[in-house]
Amino acid sequence: MSIILDKVNYVYSEETAYRIQALRDVNLEIRDGQFIGVIGHTGSGKSTLIQHLNGLMKATSGTIYFNGQDIYADDFDLRKLRSRVGLVFQYPEHQLFETTIFDDVCFGPKNQGLSKEEAGLRAFEALRSVGMPEELYYQSPFDLSGGQKRRVAIAGVLAMKPEVLILDEPTAGLDPAGRDEILDLVARMHKERGITVILVSHSMEDVAKYVERIIVMNQGAVMFDDTPREVFRHYKELESVGLAAPQVTYLMHELKERGLLVNTEATTVEEARQSLMEALAGIDAGHTDIHV
Amino acid sequence: MLRDITLGQYYPADSVIHKLDPRVKLFGTLIYIISLFCFRGAAAFATVTLFLIAVIWTSKVPFKFMVKGLKAIMILMLITAAFNLFMTPGETLVSFWIFKITKEGVVNAALMAVRLTYLILGTSIMTLTTTPNQLTDGLEKALMPLSKIGIPVHAIAMMMSIALRFIPILIEETDKIMKAQMARGADFESGNLLKKVKSMIPLLVPLFVSAFRRADDLAMAMEARCYHGGGGRTKMKPLRYEGRDRAAYLMIILYFAAVLLCRAYLNWP
Ligand SMILES: Nc1ncnc2c1ncn2[C@@H]1O[C@H](COP(=O)(O)OP(=O)(O)OP(=O)(O)O)[C@@H](O)[C@H]1O
Ligand SMILES: [Mg+2]
Repeated sequence: MSIILDKVNYVYSEETAYRIQALRDVNLEIRDGQFIGVIGHTGSGKSTLIQHLNGLMKATSGTIYFNGQDIYADDFDLRKLRSRVGLVFQYPEHQLFETTIFDDVCFGPKNQGLSKEEAGLRAFEALRSVGMPEELYYQSPFDLSGGQKRRVAIAGVLAMKPEVLILDEPTAGLDPAGRDEILDLVARMHKERGITVILVSHSMEDVAKYVERIIVMNQGAVMFDDTPREVFRHYKELESVGLAAPQVTYLMHELKERGLLVNTEATTVEEARQSLMEALAGIDAGHTDIHV
Repeated sequence: MLRDITLGQYYPADSVIHKLDPRVKLFGTLIYIISLFCFRGAAAFATVTLFLIAVIWTSKVPFKFMVKGLKAIMILMLITAAFNLFMTPGETLVSFWIFKITKEGVVNAALMAVRLTYLILGTSIMTLTTTPNQLTDGLEKALMPLSKIGIPVHAIAMMMSIALRFIPILIEETDKIMKAQMARGADFESGNLLKKVKSMIPLLVPLFVSAFRRADDLAMAMEARCYHGGGGRTKMKPLRYEGRDRAAYLMIILYFAAVLLCRAYLNWP
């Protein structure tokens, strides 16, 4: 199981004065069960890229293979693809429409052709997994807070039980607590159900903590595609395209420059802490000369 | 998808036509449309054609953009031509079954097709070279005298420019919501009429909600910046006629006179 992108290009408003090439020769392979982060500056083509993965947008040139099948082939069932590759849009709360939260979450499963009971069961499960309190299930989705709406919208996609879950900046505009909740939820889905997760984000911190692979987009092209460790090694280049490595990367580099023998490849706070403790233990043992 | 609608799309370029006062362009378009429907004879036709070519050429807008607008009305054009072809009484050329094609029919159909084509080309020059804001500005100024008899010209112009501004936003929003629902398995194409109408609900409800939200936000933002209607309001870029505008007026009038003269004296055939 994998999604393969072969030389995908996409051009907005072709043949007008406002022509924009949003994707340039993108080659990617998304393997089963991976947890991938997609990072890039505003307008770098992240949203455009992920909308290709479930066939919502058709590449101007290039091919996309889902499990070895060309998704642009005439006999390929795009609707089926969309139920297997779930996509949560940027600001998904704007797509709610039903009279109750529960019905809204049922929309996806019903479109998959499930019976009313089955759809309800799925909705129930999904709403519970995003942590919605039960007494809200039969309220209007329009009366919820922004963060709650976001959760309902995510539940709407989860209820379809996709094999690949793509989230476009799921934490935009949420407070830190809401952000952590959503990200933890996604990480849990990945672990428990073993689904492939693609997380689009601006924030290196978010991504570094969870993902095993980072794809950095710059002006429509893939700039880096590697493990967080390898990608953050290029933190100077990341800066030049308006991105930043996680704060700990800077801290570790600074400390190293000043003579503390820390591991500059630590990408999360936890790793950094460990490396720091070790380095400090080293000082106690008299191995380093530090001038902070 | 939806956003590829070109009719009424501004094409930025650096040309005399772009710089003209919008009132001149409105006036010119009006005169041009009138001339289209009153020209007669080869000489007048040549004048109109030359005028159109000259304007297109000076506007520096690539011809293929104007042709795009034509594609949209192709169906309408074919229907009109067909009606003219079959419905005009006169000298019969060919006839089969209940249809008969007359000589006058052929002439009328051709003439109608040419007129419609020219109409679209001419008006699309105006929309391609004038931003919607300039256009409403021009309309407001040109219609200002009407406010003397109690017509709220400024309010109408303001509403128009807001509406125009919102069209692309709403199109984009529709596109986005449509995609989001398609990602949840919505199907907007297949099924019978009833099913299709029902399938619109997941699109229309969020669209209305967002339109109202936007309208609300806009009203609030306008109020926060002390907008209070037209009275005593000044403009950052007031419309003022310049030399080129006067020259353009002169040319438009000369053009119209030429068409009328051709119609009166050179109306062969
Ligand atoms: N509907 C559209 N019509 C025309 N151009 C578009 C459209 N959507 C995006 N673009 C352009 O395509 C490029 C990539 O946009 P995209 O939305 O993929 O960026 P992004 O990386 O998701 O940005 P952000 O972080 O702001 O969400 C941008 O230059 C943008 O201006
Ligand atoms: Mg985006």
